[in-house]
Amino acid sequence: MNRIYVFVLLLLLPLNALAITADEAMKKSQAAFLYPGADFKARVMMKLISKGGQERVREMMMLRKNFGQPGGEQKYFMYFFQPADVRNMTFMVYKYPGKDADRWLFVPAINMVRRIAAQDKRSSFVGSDFTYEDISGRNLEDDTHAVVKDEKIGDRDCTVIKSTPKAAEMEYSYKLSWIDKTTFLPMKEEYYDKKGELYRVFSADEIKDVKGHPTITKRSMKNLLSGHMTEVSFLKAEYNVGIEDSLFTERYLKQPPKRWIE
Amino acid sequence: MSRKRTEIPALAACCLFFLLPPMSAMAADVSLHGFVQGNYSLNTAEDNPDGKDFKWSEERAQLRLEAAADAFSLFIKGDAFHDNIDKHSIMELREGYADYTSEKWDARVGRQVITWGVGDLLFINDVFPKDFAAFFSGRPMEYLKKGTDGAKLGFYPGFANFEFIAIPYFEPNTYPDPNKFWMFDPMPGISNRETQDPYKDFHKAEAALRVYRDVAGYDASLYYYRGFSRQPSIMPDNPLVPTKLTYFYPELSEYGASVQGRALDGVLSLEAGYYDSRQDRHGIDPMIPNSQTRYLIGYQRQLWEDFTLGLQYYGEYMQDYSAYVQNLPSGFPQEKRLHQLTSIRLTQFMIHQTLRLSFFAFYGLSDRDYMLNPEVKYNITDSVWIALGGNIFGGDKPFNQFGQFAKNDNIYTQIRYEF
Repeated sequence: MNRIYVFVLLLLLPLNALAITADEAMKKSQAAFLYPGADFKARVMMKLISKGGQERVREMMMLRKNFGQPGGEQKYFMYFFQPADVRNMTFMVYKYPGKDADRWLFVPAINMVRRIAAQDKRSSFVGSDFTYEDISGRNLEDDTHAVVKDEKIGDRDCTVIKSTPKAAEMEYSYKLSWIDKTTFLPMKEEYYDKKGELYRVFSADEIKDVKGHPTITKRSMKNLLSGHMTEVSFLKAEYNVGIEDSLFTERYLKQPPKRWIE
Repeated sequence: MSRKRTEIPALAACCLFFLLPPMSAMAADVSLHGFVQGNYSLNTAEDNPDGKDFKWSEERAQLRLEAAADAFSLFIKGDAFHDNIDKHSIMELREGYADYTSEKWDARVGRQVITWGVGDLLFINDVFPKDFAAFFSGRPMEYLKKGTDGAKLGFYPGFANFEFIAIPYFEPNTYPDPNKFWMFDPMPGISNRETQDPYKDFHKAEAALRVYRDVAGYDASLYYYRGFSRQPSIMPDNPLVPTKLTYFYPELSEYGASVQGRALDGVLSLEAGYYDSRQDRHGIDPMIPNSQTRYLIGYQRQLWEDFTLGLQYYGEYMQDYSAYVQNLPSGFPQEKRLHQLTSIRLTQFMIHQTLRLSFFAFYGLSDRDYMLNPEVKYNITDSVWIALGGNIFGGDKPFNQFGQFAKNDNIYTQIRYEF
């Protein structure tokens, strides 16, 4: 009897293993990409580059803290250095799995903290080619994931996963992700439109080991339709820096602690 | 008035400089930023009452100095500008304060901007001084808020947050200058006018308290204020045959609450306040506003990428209305018991959020008057932006909130280099 069970299980294994691999790979990728450490701090330099080569710079301090397991709640605190007209502004996000985030913006010129409407996760973050979802992650349950093939990116062995949104009204029909088999970081992502044409490409351009966590310290997102692209560099990236829960409050949004803003 | 206002904080700022020598000695973290800008607002309906074409015309420079060391920091925001209409140059201290911060409490002393409440250009619990002349003449939005000379103490014991404000010197709101703006005047024949300021009396200090915390995912606040109305009331020397008018600021207390949070796929804001008119509690003095209940409901939602819609409904309910009606002198326009106002704000960002198209409008449900403010703002580079906009007013009656401004339509431009 037992032998028969084992036999049946063995027969099923490859199929199950494949199915689990896509979901699990994405889950591990999410954990490696967005959730390493208890908290994270980086000075973020964003270059918005137009088709004609004109550059605009967005520079901010990003502080992130996990509240729970990978895929769970996170809080973000951002302080803007550049451009000059948003200097000293701060921005705070409470991200929840499976429901809309809470967002607050502090406008220093009038000393005002306001909640801002945040329904559209596909909106551009500060005018860049990255969306809010690209920055803080997409709910994995919102897509179905399937392994397409194995492929190398440079000298890294990657699993290519196709993620198809369950909702019909998404602006892309599917996304291909090249997930590094060792680090589980996404090395490349391609977004395909309704006609199945490639229009948006993410690439991880530099990976560094930060406190034992492989971290993408340079990345870019290119829009093939507009020719516009955004390059992001993480400077002074650091994990487990001991960000207090109290940082994510109106008090510090209005008066960001100097020791976190450098 | 303006002289007095600059003297005390300027003195305080100087004192702060001398009180804080350890800061420079400890290699303080110092930063200097600011801007230069041109700001012009041209009449499109009629010339000003004094015959001039411009509501506003100035070149301005601002410097913001920040210095921090350990738990202390100092902030000074000073403007220097040349007014092309009145042909003079002025320096003003917009803000100037010292901060002390510790884990459980903090303090800010000096001239500071305080913004309370959840309304969008509708103020119930924001009882702090404002410059409506700036707002109506196409100046950048930050000039709507005036600094408050006082001290803020914050306490953060965990279960709630407390902000206590003490204001020793009263600062009224700034209203449009009758030389620049056509406005309703109930007694136009009387030119002998003076203003009585409560701010010379130290014992007439103002106090305000805000207690806030999260309640089930909503930002909830309670407010209290005891001080004076920042809008002057008019006292005639003789009610029957007035020869002289005295502007004064009646005693006011205010109690209020607000909540703001995520609801209906957007952000919902609710705010209310009771205005206790302490010098006219029974509503019998026609020259002092009666007590009021004010409330607003606001809703903001992103309808598509980079487009946000904001709607507000606001009401002012007058207490002791029958006493008001009975005591109102003949010839004075009678206010309604319930004054209702709505607003809409549309904002669309384009070209990677470097171009902003916005439209803001007030529409008075009670008075059928309006104010429209379309604006285009473009960030030419990361450090230079230009805004073009207009203020359009109208209404049925010449004494309504916005109807009285019907002849003051203007188009404005603001161009700023920021560093």
